[in-house]
Amino acid sequence: MNLKTEAFGKQMVIFVREERLDAHNSEELKTELNRLFAGGSKELIVDLKDVRFIDSSGLGVLVSGFKNASSRQGSIKLSGLQTQVKSMFELTRLHRVFDIFQTVDDALESY
Amino acid sequence: MKNEIEILIRVPNQTRYLSLIGSIGENMARELCRLPDDRESFAINLNVVLTEAMVNAIKHANAADPDKEVQIRISISDKELDIRVYDNGQGFDLNSIPNPSFDTNSLEDKGRGIFIIRALMDSVVYRKSKGGNVLEMKKILR
Repeated sequence: MNLKTEAFGKQMVIFVREERLDAHNSEELKTELNRLFAGGSKELIVDLKDVRFIDSSGLGVLVSGFKNASSRQGSIKLSGLQTQVKSMFELTRLHRVFDIFQTVDDALESY
Repeated sequence: MKNEIEILIRVPNQTRYLSLIGSIGENMARELCRLPDDRESFAINLNVVLTEAMVNAIKHANAADPDKEVQIRISISDKELDIRVYDNGQGFDLNSIPNPSFDTNSLEDKGRGIFIIRALMDSVVYRKSKGGNVLEMKKILR
């Protein structure tokens, strides 16, 4: 899976550079999230700008990250959701759970 | 002539084929379906439904055994889209799967696949078939 992680001060941004985030590749995102949490990061942003398609497994990995962040008094924020990806968050009501921003910069400014 | 198209696909029981199967359904909907108002959304929803149904067959029905296979049949008529995903595993009880919790304090990582399929299709049935099981999902097209 093509992921790129960059530090912006205390915040870590994971850029998901895949067209699909699904049951085939989402475990790799989970591994990266867990790696960052284990390393002491608490404020994560996942940028989904390149993701055109997400399934329940992809959503599940983000929920897992949300729970993990909450248990450490941290947060996980999302940016760059394409229309179809946003629809999946709305369908599963997860748009009420996550803080969702248009761009990574907007998400960074929210801290 | 009766305007009906049927596509049969057989793939190994592996998630690497999700993208392929999803794309076939998406392109098929874009090309063939007389559709609903928003054809583009419908096409992508079909990709979602096929992906979720195939993951369901791979992980839950076929117990992630890579030597098994998943068969998919997509048929489209003027009136209806019918998707059948066959597995040869032990199966499961569709009605025993609860809807996911929407409460932020009790979120589960898993368990949204069938909910998503039910939300996007008009009818969903899981039953015994051909020595295995089939998940049959229908969408009325007019």
